[in-house]
Amino acid sequence: MNETNRFEAYDEHEGQDDGKDREKDENQKARQDPEAPEGHGRHGPHAGTPTGPGGPGGPTDGGSPGPAQNPGRPPRIPLPRASVEDTGQPLPPLEELPEPPPLVLEHPILKSLLGAWALAACSAEETAAVEDHLGMCGACADEALRLREAVGLLHPPESLDLDPGLRTRVLEGCLDRRPPRIPVPEWAAPYDAETARLDALLRDMGDAEWHAPVRLRWFEADAATSRRTTVAGVIAHLLTVDGLVALALGLDDPLGEVTAQSPTPAARTEAYWRGSHFPPTRSVRAPWREQSHDLVRTVSFTGGGAGKLSVPYGDFDLPLRDAMLDRAFECWVHAEDIAEAVDYPYEPPSPRHLNRMIDLAARMLPTAVALRRRHGLASPVHGRHLVTAGEPGRTLRLEIEGLGGGEWLIPLDSPAAVGSAEHEVAHVALDGVEFCQLAAGHVSPEEAAAGQVGDREAIRDVLFAAASLSRM
Amino acid sequence: MAKKDAPPRWDRKMQQRLARGEAAALGELYDRFASLVHGLAHRVLGDERAADGITREVFAHVWQHPDAYDPKQGPLRTWVAGLTHRLAVQRLRATETAALAQGGGSTEELERKVRHASVAARADYIVTSMPAPLRAALELAYFQRRDYRQTAADLGVTEDEARRRLRLGLQLLSTAHDTGAPGAPPGYGGAA
Repeated sequence: MNETNRFEAYDEHEGQDDGKDREKDENQKARQDPEAPEGHGRHGPHAGTPTGPGGPGGPTDGGSPGPAQNPGRPPRIPLPRASVEDTGQPLPPLEELPEPPPLVLEHPILKSLLGAWALAACSAEETAAVEDHLGMCGACADEALRLREAVGLLHPPESLDLDPGLRTRVLEGCLDRRPPRIPVPEWAAPYDAETARLDALLRDMGDAEWHAPVRLRWFEADAATSRRTTVAGVIAHLLTVDGLVALALGLDDPLGEVTAQSPTPAARTEAYWRGSHFPPTRSVRAPWREQSHDLVRTVSFTGGGAGKLSVPYGDFDLPLRDAMLDRAFECWVHAEDIAEAVDYPYEPPSPRHLNRMIDLAARMLPTAVALRRRHGLASPVHGRHLVTAGEPGRTLRLEIEGLGGGEWLIPLDSPAAVGSAEHEVAHVALDGVEFCQLAAGHVSPEEAAAGQVGDREAIRDVLFAAASLSRM
Repeated sequence: MAKKDAPPRWDRKMQQRLARGEAAALGELYDRFASLVHGLAHRVLGDERAADGITREVFAHVWQHPDAYDPKQGPLRTWVAGLTHRLAVQRLRATETAALAQGGGSTEELERKVRHASVAARADYIVTSMPAPLRAALELAYFQRRDYRQTAADLGVTEDEARRRLRLGLQLLSTAHDTGAPGAPPGYGGAA
């Protein structure tokens, strides 16, 4: 039971005895009421009215204790002024009752009111004045009819939640019919798809949702870490970190004049957040989207030669194609953060793209294991000398289940070693999305639902190394 | 919406990029127009899968024939909307004719249905393309049921201006009934 319920339940309980008493009391009073002495009426405004079918306090008998309804009693509340009825004189016939004076409006005003009239958005007097006028003015009557018909064409906008898979199907259909001369490289396709998916999520968000709180979560030195921001803040984060790729490609830096203390994703993001006078708003969407389009476009042109380009992340570099996969992965992870914050559903990437993202993480694992070992976090290579580069060494078999899954052999002793089935010391099986949650720092290594066989230390090292891949 | 006010430069560049066979351009085209295309097709056909089909056809057509668009004739957006309209109405007519052949309804009903769908789609397009201040006024007066004085207050404009916007907005919308007379400005023409 949550706090609120408990509170309500408590409240209810507390009031229960009291309430029953009060209720009894009330019933007694009600029963007594009809024969109650005059003075009882002080209790409420309805006391003077007879108990009609609606009972005392019924909605209709409230404010009209007319003398005619209540012949036996004098009106308790004096009427505000003497009315014709009280004078004993005959009532005037209805049609002679003074009407509010008809509104007299000039033709240009009446004409200007036609739109509001057609939408039933003017006052009763104006409506009457317009309708009088329509009987006399043919031009206005024609226009009034036309505008009324136009009102019938106003529909609430079609719900535009496009199936995100439609984009891929439509584009593939097109490219089958006419093969592109400048294709989007296959390693940039996940980024293209993920940014489009996130953009579709952002499209329908209201202003308030842009300020919904989001907690960015990741692992640092084997501990869960987090940083609070908003939906707009997350997009600003994606903009600045995607900017690392933009810089490597010679495009403009979204940080502009702002300088970051170091060229790392976190430092750039913090600098951007600090550098703007106001918290980020939905206006950050356009530059983020424009940059993501520019990136896809530019890597299409750099094509095959881009393999040699590398993207500096401050503490490490990634080859361009891996950086684009990394950015696709981050885009998905943060899209999930946003979707969760605004309570929208969000699906994992297509299996093909998920597979590429898992592959990148799997390829980064040996370096991550070595890094943790250097910091004394991973188990040392007991008594074994480091494996010569290119030689097979102790290996963990990473089995990723589900769509987009597969098997990866992770060399444990050195990033330069080659994974080998003969040297397998442990086997970990994990669902694909679960593995990505782990690598994103959203699931802790202890809690990751993984099937494990073999060397426990090796398994622990690899799961913690996976979590250490996460960053802000 | 910044998108519809994009300079024609974007349209021309897009056409050149499509003609060059740049797949990234096709993606951007989709990102900009897919919801317009799908929304119009859905308004005409009233069916999700049929609207998906039209969306596929429209983008395939633009990708295969980028030169069919002439930037001098107007914005790319208008052209894409017109193309969508034509293909969707064609599809509606085809399915309705097939239904007719199997003994459902009369030719007049078919024509009425086609015309009705066609006008509704054109009206949607007009609403999404009209200047934002007019759309905002209609939105308040119609969907939020504000009277014109409240509308004026909400928009921070004079009552005169609120009346003017409501009237002008409806005048634009009413042109949805004009079936593509040559030179009809606000819609994309496209006779049913």
